[in-house]
Amino acid sequence: MTRSRTLHNVILAPYSLWALLFILVPLAFVAYYAFTDNAFAFTTDNIARFFTATSVVDGAEVRTYLLIFWRSLKLAVISTVLCLLLGYPLAYIMARASDRSQKIMMILIMIPMWMNFLIRTYAWMTILQDTGILNGFLTSLGLGRVHIIGTESAVVIGMVYDYLPYMVLPIYSIMAKMDLKLLEAARDLGCNSFGVLRRVIFPLSLPGVLSGITMVLIPSVSTFYISQKLGNGKFFLIGDAIEGQYVANNLHFAAAMAFILMVILLAVMALMKHFTNRQVYGGDDT
Amino acid sequence: MKTASRIYTVLLFLFLFAPIAILLVFSFNEAKSLSVFTGFSLKWYRELFHDEATLQSVRNTLLLAVSAMVISTVMGTAAAVGIERLRVKWLRYTLNTATDIPMTNPDIITGISLMLMFVFVGRLFGLANSLSFWTLLIAHVTFCLPYVILQVLPRLRQMDPSLPEAAEDLGCTPLRAFFKVTIPEIMPGILTGAVMAFTMSLDDFVISYFTSGAGFQTLPIRIYNMTKKTVTPKMYALATIIFFVILALLLISNLTDQGEKKKD
Repeated sequence: MTRSRTLHNVILAPYSLWALLFILVPLAFVAYYAFTDNAFAFTTDNIARFFTATSVVDGAEVRTYLLIFWRSLKLAVISTVLCLLLGYPLAYIMARASDRSQKIMMILIMIPMWMNFLIRTYAWMTILQDTGILNGFLTSLGLGRVHIIGTESAVVIGMVYDYLPYMVLPIYSIMAKMDLKLLEAARDLGCNSFGVLRRVIFPLSLPGVLSGITMVLIPSVSTFYISQKLGNGKFFLIGDAIEGQYVANNLHFAAAMAFILMVILLAVMALMKHFTNRQVYGGDDT
Repeated sequence: MKTASRIYTVLLFLFLFAPIAILLVFSFNEAKSLSVFTGFSLKWYRELFHDEATLQSVRNTLLLAVSAMVISTVMGTAAAVGIERLRVKWLRYTLNTATDIPMTNPDIITGISLMLMFVFVGRLFGLANSLSFWTLLIAHVTFCLPYVILQVLPRLRQMDPSLPEAAEDLGCTPLRAFFKVTIPEIMPGILTGAVMAFTMSLDDFVISYFTSGAGFQTLPIRIYNMTKKTVTPKMYALATIIFFVILALLLISNLTDQGEKKKD
């Protein structure tokens, strides 16, 4: 017994060391760079710059980075809500389909996930361009052209497209395991279809919804490629801003923005966890 | 209701496959245009197979993915066994939290954090550029490890803990009991974890972008550099090939799944 205990401690050692060196220490480096200047002397200038730097947009003075951050958050939340609204019914339909259709739909959902997202996003650029396929199609129908590329809508389309499968899969995997007897029981006890959905299916699927939301919100709030190709200008989203500072070799300011993003996301996740725990275990319905 | 949900499903899949369909069609376009189709041609495929830099990046990506998969699978499996048997509560909690960090942190933060450390340590040793294949490999192993651990842990919990104990009582050394009893029991989890690690590594762009040097280009980074300029249908030809490889792999894995189920 003691010999096997020793074995278990020995085989755990490499990972413990790895997690310390390459997961925890690098995060400490983010904080270290965020609070130092180029000579590694302590400073809060980088953090202050994020909150106070201003620039002129359309004749009005705005807080540059707060505006960028606000836009990132706004577009990420819109995309997440759209993914949920579009993906939830699809997950439901998939879970109710025959075994064969479920398998086919799973393959169809996985293919886009495994194809390089850079090329797929680039393809959207060629679709949405002013002289692109969408406008060619619209003009051939005799409808006017639309200008989408470079707008916030184009970025939202890109995000919804790229991350929709990450919303569908966790919700589907919960729904596929759901006990059908519960739904029958609810119906026998007088629930209509909408009541079954609201009182039984939705509460039971909440863990899937929560992980779907996290899996869409986090990549969309921090993306920089989608906004580079479908948005306009260089500093469109917070991811662009961080990447731009990295390319310009301003590592301390890049670290400061990464640090702020990390702290805010941790707070959001903690809130969300708290909220769903109450929903699942506390019970809000009478 | 049935038709409504059928129409809805078809529409969503049209949305998901529209850009992929365009990639497929325009990879066979004669002209360079990505929006006007002028005629069928295979010339972009020929060009792709003469593009040494892209072919090299494919080889690099495979080498990296296989190395990251092997290292993270071995270390991750060992870690899962160790964590499952760990009695020290605070250490167990710390390790579980550390395992969650790369999964929940945005890729850009994981990438930046590793890059900052590599650059800092590199400077200590007087290196102007510390990013290389090795830093990329460390980064990939780091984000692959949690996938392996989280696949193996549930298998260990399902396993009867008295099995390896019985083997030891019957005269096995702990090491032999581990290889003869525990490993076969948790094999499905190890395999799924390895496949996930491999695909995550193949597909990663953001973390690689921050942690790779100029000397070692992976395919996603090569594609990123190509999309900075105007793209030729050569890249669409590459995407088309990737599409059919993935389709084939998914079909094969599903068919073998069904075969196994029938045997049961």
